[in-house]
Amino acid sequence: MKNTPIQLHVITRIVAFIILAFSIFLFFAGHNNPGGGFIGGLMTASALVLLFLSFDIKTIKKVLPFNYAKIIASGLLLAVLTGMVGMFLGDPFLNQFFRYYQLPILGKTELTTALPFDLGIYLVVVGFTLLVILTIAEDDS
Amino acid sequence: MSTLHFVTLAPFIMAIFVPIIYKKFRHLHTGWFILPLPLILFIYLFQYLPLDGSPMETVSYSVAWVPSLGINFTVYLDGLSLLFALLITGIGTLVVLYSIYYIANKKEEPLNNFYVYLMMFMGAMLGVVLSDNLIVLYVFWEITSLASSLLIAYWFHKEKSRYGAQKSMLITVTGGFSMLAGFTLMYLMTDTFSIRGIIAMADVIVTSPLFIPAMLLILLGAFTKSAQFPFHIWLPDAMEAPTPVSAYLHSATMVKAGIYLVARMTPVFGGQAEWFWIISTFGLFTLLWGSVSAVRQKDLKGILAFSTISQLGLIMSLLGLGSAGYHYEIIDGTSLPIVAVLAAVFHLINHATFKGSLFMVVGIIDHETGTRDIRKLGGLMTIMPITFTVSLIGIASMAGLPPFNGFLSKEMFFTGTLNSATLDVFNVGNFGVIFPVVAWIASVFTFIYCMIMLFKTFTGKHQPEKLDKAAHEAPIGLLISPIILASLVIVFGLFPNLLSYTIIEPVMQSIMPGLTAPGEQFYVNIYHWHGFNTELFMTMGVVFFGAFIFLNQKKWQDTTFYLRERDPLNWFYDNGLTGLINGSTVVNNVQMTGRLRDYFSYMFIFLIAIVSFMLWQSNALAVDFTNTTEIPSYMYFVSLSLILSTIVIPFVSKRISAIVLMGVVGFLVALLFVVFRAPDLALTQLLVETVMVVLFLLVFYHLPELRKETFKPVFRLSNLIISIGVGLVVTLTALSVHAYSYENPISPISDFFVENSYALAGGNNIVNVILVDFRGLDTLLEVLVLGIVALGVVVLIKFKARKGEDV
Repeated sequence: MKNTPIQLHVITRIVAFIILAFSIFLFFAGHNNPGGGFIGGLMTASALVLLFLSFDIKTIKKVLPFNYAKIIASGLLLAVLTGMVGMFLGDPFLNQFFRYYQLPILGKTELTTALPFDLGIYLVVVGFTLLVILTIAEDDS
Repeated sequence: MSTLHFVTLAPFIMAIFVPIIYKKFRHLHTGWFILPLPLILFIYLFQYLPLDGSPMETVSYSVAWVPSLGINFTVYLDGLSLLFALLITGIGTLVVLYSIYYIANKKEEPLNNFYVYLMMFMGAMLGVVLSDNLIVLYVFWEITSLASSLLIAYWFHKEKSRYGAQKSMLITVTGGFSMLAGFTLMYLMTDTFSIRGIIAMADVIVTSPLFIPAMLLILLGAFTKSAQFPFHIWLPDAMEAPTPVSAYLHSATMVKAGIYLVARMTPVFGGQAEWFWIISTFGLFTLLWGSVSAVRQKDLKGILAFSTISQLGLIMSLLGLGSAGYHYEIIDGTSLPIVAVLAAVFHLINHATFKGSLFMVVGIIDHETGTRDIRKLGGLMTIMPITFTVSLIGIASMAGLPPFNGFLSKEMFFTGTLNSATLDVFNVGNFGVIFPVVAWIASVFTFIYCMIMLFKTFTGKHQPEKLDKAAHEAPIGLLISPIILASLVIVFGLFPNLLSYTIIEPVMQSIMPGLTAPGEQFYVNIYHWHGFNTELFMTMGVVFFGAFIFLNQKKWQDTTFYLRERDPLNWFYDNGLTGLINGSTVVNNVQMTGRLRDYFSYMFIFLIAIVSFMLWQSNALAVDFTNTTEIPSYMYFVSLSLILSTIVIPFVSKRISAIVLMGVVGFLVALLFVVFRAPDLALTQLLVETVMVVLFLLVFYHLPELRKETFKPVFRLSNLIISIGVGLVVTLTALSVHAYSYENPISPISDFFVENSYALAGGNNIVNVILVDFRGLDTLLEVLVLGIVALGVVVLIKFKARKGEDV
């Protein structure tokens, strides 16, 4: 994409970060408001896809040198390990826990094992979307 | 977790460490590290033997596995399981020792694979005999099939090894599967998976209509595993495995799993005419078929394979004949069929000792001369004197000659068949004469193949030019294990009552629990000299006729009977397998056209069929427009645009317009979600649509030039009918659900989530709470699918098959 207009670059730079920030908000809001790992992951992925569309793949790969297959694997691992926490405490697999803590700055906050589980899903969704799109995009034949 | 649980799991744990040991200590044979494990297990289990003459105490421990389904990992040790566990660990020890010398520590030998499979097998076999739960037993049972076929294919570069492995796997796993079905039927009848629980409810099972199917299905599993006719054909091909494996799996342990199962189930099914007839006739026929087929084998291991088949048939038939004892109201030690069960148990032990040693001896001959073909061997008596002595003992015991243990069990076998001939139950009547006659004929053939084995190998002219290696006596390490087994043959032969008080009695107690009153003991005495009776004359006849036929072998060695070595039943297996492959290719070619639209029509036709059938079947078809919500005016607009954009898609000829229209449909659906206040779904739908458009654009770039496809009107018409049908069925379902819920107010499942999501999971967003808390496993597996799909896409694109390359 050599003839990409400069406006697209500029707008993308700004918008991508807004989307990214919003996706992180969505991810954390998930438990009580619309959002969660799946949607957050999709939104992050679409922000990154926007970057890929605007700039060429090589540039972005230099900036974001991630191996998406590994992101998928680590997401799955995180979800499974979170599920196993319950097993060590004598509960069934994937039993989630939550409790309220008084944290500095944030105040009364709920900490739950659902969050790392959701993070696992988030990672898988991001990894999946980008891996599929990039593999198809890079296919030259 | 008790120590007994650990006994079952120890080999599996060992298997995990085998590759590490193999990598770290390359200079030392991996087998040396394995050897202590079966030995320790054997010594541990040995302590359970009632050595002081008191009755054996059974032990049982349980660990919950899936308690809600009644599946618990319960280990149960009684006489029967102790006997098998001792065989598995005892012979396992000797086999590991033997394998250390048999499979040399060369670089190219994948020793780690061998010992991993062997440990897997040992643990699975212990699990089969120790578990009290049918499902757990089934799981271990299938692991033995798996491990055994892996061991058969150990030298997988040989085509025959792979063939043998596939055959044993297909046959035994098929049997195991039907056994699982039988176990399920047992559960339906008794509501328990526990074997002891089922035995306690035997009277319920006998009267159930499911009795016969359950029995047949379970017997199919036992027969395939124990190589009973006509499923025996896998055993000769399994001889492609390394000899230690043959000695262990195919003579001493795995093939006896079927016998174990039959013995275990005797208290449940025994005493029924069907059980008696099926097991005794199949057993006797296998005995005869195996011994006749063994005579014409030219490969020493082939002879032993068919010999094993025939001896397994013998034990099986004895268990069948003995089950008649259950028919008598009062089971006591004097009733005749008891002798048959006694003979079965005794022969089981004897067979493990002599056949194990014989397999090892054949392995030695193969190892030191380079061949197992009896046409090339000969004159080894003076060259390999120790091997000869061990073989002589094993073969004499197999042939049933005194003073070895085989003689004793064969005499008891004759007694058992003679007793059954006089039975007056199960319409035996005149048929009973067949039992001793078949037994006698089979014994003659047994005697003949024993003589062939002994004389063709060790006497006659030595032909060094036909051998690959210069024959010499084996190293001491190879000889230890067969010598130990051969000395057991002699010890059990001379002092049979060593076994009768310690192990045979407890085994009898577990096969026939009603044998004695509580606290009372059942006394077994086995004598060498039992007078000039029919059995002794039968043995004399066997020796006389066997020797006569063997000495006249020149006359029958040129007949087609002798030259056709391969079992004729293999024809059915081979043709069945190719037929299966060809048949499925035909079905595949019809069904898997490679065109997405065909797949979709199949799926949708199926959907229409099953949903409309269910609606009609359950009489749920009802349309009721009362009590509908008022539709706001803008909904007409949204629905109309949705319907219009969907209808337009098939008529658009340009691809890009079709994609855009698809996007419009997607966004309109998202709009519907917004209208119905489902922000999570709307958000997801919007994002998915966005990503999909990007994906579509990328794929679009790669798509081949669109050529104008013309479809026949029939094709278009059928597609139209299918799509209208789907729409109709879905709409009708929705309307019926509405009508139904109006008539029968039911509280939807979402009420539960609304009430409990904050209390139980601490979240207000019930969609998210369902995803991560209530149905977390679903989500986990869904993202697992995503991961697999991603890998699939990568593999498909990065490693594309070249043109014309077959997948």
